[in-house]
Amino acid sequence: MPEKNISGQNLKSLSKTASELPQSGIRRFFDIASQMANVISLGVGEPDFATPWTVREAAIYSIEKGQTTYTSNLGLIELRREISKLNFKRYGVEYNPDTEILITTGVAQGLDLVARALLDPGDEVIIPEPCFVSYKPCVSLAGGIPVPVETNDTNNFQVSLAELEKKVTPRTKAILIGHPSNPTGAILERETLIEIVNFACKHGLYIISDEIYDRLTFDGDHVMVASLPGAFERTITLNGFSKTYAMTGWRIGYACAPPEILHTMMKIHSYTMLSAPTPGQKAALEAARRGERDAVLMAAEYKRRRSLIVGGLNEIGLTCLNPGGAFYAFPSVRSTGLTSEQFAEQLLYSKQVAVVPGSVFGLGGEGHVRCSYATDSKLLKEALVRIGSFVDELSKVSVQPQSPKQKTDQLV
Amino acid sequence: MDSLKSREILEILEKDSRTTAETIAGMLGLAPTQVKAEIDRFEQEGIIKHYATTIDWEKAGVEKIIAFVDITVVPARDVGFDSIALRIARHPEVTSAWLVSGGSDLSIMVEGTSLKDLANFVAEKIAAVDGVTGTNTHFLLRKYKEDNVLFHDIEPDNRLVMSP
Repeated sequence: MPEKNISGQNLKSLSKTASELPQSGIRRFFDIASQMANVISLGVGEPDFATPWTVREAAIYSIEKGQTTYTSNLGLIELRREISKLNFKRYGVEYNPDTEILITTGVAQGLDLVARALLDPGDEVIIPEPCFVSYKPCVSLAGGIPVPVETNDTNNFQVSLAELEKKVTPRTKAILIGHPSNPTGAILERETLIEIVNFACKHGLYIISDEIYDRLTFDGDHVMVASLPGAFERTITLNGFSKTYAMTGWRIGYACAPPEILHTMMKIHSYTMLSAPTPGQKAALEAARRGERDAVLMAAEYKRRRSLIVGGLNEIGLTCLNPGGAFYAFPSVRSTGLTSEQFAEQLLYSKQVAVVPGSVFGLGGEGHVRCSYATDSKLLKEALVRIGSFVDELSKVSVQPQSPKQKTDQLV
Repeated sequence: MDSLKSREILEILEKDSRTTAETIAGMLGLAPTQVKAEIDRFEQEGIIKHYATTIDWEKAGVEKIIAFVDITVVPARDVGFDSIALRIARHPEVTSAWLVSGGSDLSIMVEGTSLKDLANFVAEKIAAVDGVTGTNTHFLLRKYKEDNVLFHDIEPDNRLVMSP
């Protein structure tokens, strides 16, 4: 047996790719916030509702009946049929449940599968930022090279075609978008999406479209990318049950794509996951069949909270666009003179309100913080009061600026 | 005000009648004065009947005896069930009264301080009313849910304090 010692002399190093993978910027704040009492967290990326009872009850029943074996690699056929029907009903897009839909362990696993199915080492994926924290790591782990493109609040976080054209190279294989967006809450307008599709067609690219927040749009209907002319054959749609039906912990998502792409993803899935968890799939089936009432009620509640928080933040002087979807507000904190990290850290220490610095979401995120409104409206109001007094106090002390460096040092 | 927003004001108040006009205005993107005016209208027109509180009396240590009484009635000429129903409903012991379909005609909820009081009340003031042909009384044993609220301890928020 090879001898191990502390300096690891007799042990080879871990994977270079994995070791160099940056740790999520949320981690440090998580560690601070979880040690604190009386924290109001606007840092949570999941619904505050429990999964609808009809769904939980169906899952319990299924477990009682002993339905605890593997399912087919693709997932329960009944569930794939329901997903196919819902896609057709909502967006007019027809995916064959036998060959074009794969049940995944959340969108996160779907992303990993897509990246591995599409990419060879050195292939590039264009990713508009700010974006969900998993996008770049999934591409890197598959051997690909993430190529970020900045979007920002001056253009409502819409992707510019000119910027995309600047980034495209012979190695570009795909473009990866998430809309409505975590963290900005922005929706991509139909015109922007059409430009993206045309851009992808022109360069022969795949489109990976994460649409997990599709049912949380508040000012109009979501546009499914695959429904746009020319998009279907090159688009992999990722979606799931987590946000619409408050089912994050069940880990059930799905990927929809033309047969060849989907088959390749399914092969990887069959070796690395086998099948998504069966109780979760049974629960998702119930959600697809009878979860609509709850989904609509929850969406209505998010819409009210959006109005509360966006109004409140703007009143405080933290300029905030009205996000079209998801459950995040992404206000600018530039008026305070602080970076987004400083803002988040000082707010947490002085007022016990947790927000996520925009910088962790990539280009265009600096100068913003992400405020999740998946929190009871009473707590939201209290959080707004605290943020308001924090900003007030900042503007008072700014006459004699403290050294932010010193403050930071105490915390590390 | 558009009828969807009006309805939403009612839905918000139905869930929590202490939600202030300012908060509702914030939620719906309206001016607080608009919301106040609309709530005033609801009150004046009797759309909002009153503001009540759902209390777990058992937890508060207060004993209350509650019963549901199914009543069969011979409807009166011209006024149908209304006259008898109101005659019964006006008693303060009767906390709710409904006309229902099925085997009985009226269904009421009565509240008292002792079993005997309630039994007497039903016998003397309900069963004895002209036109009432029968009563069937069910005493309430335990409350599980009332006014959309489960009567059990609230689950704490188990979510991670921060997540992507």
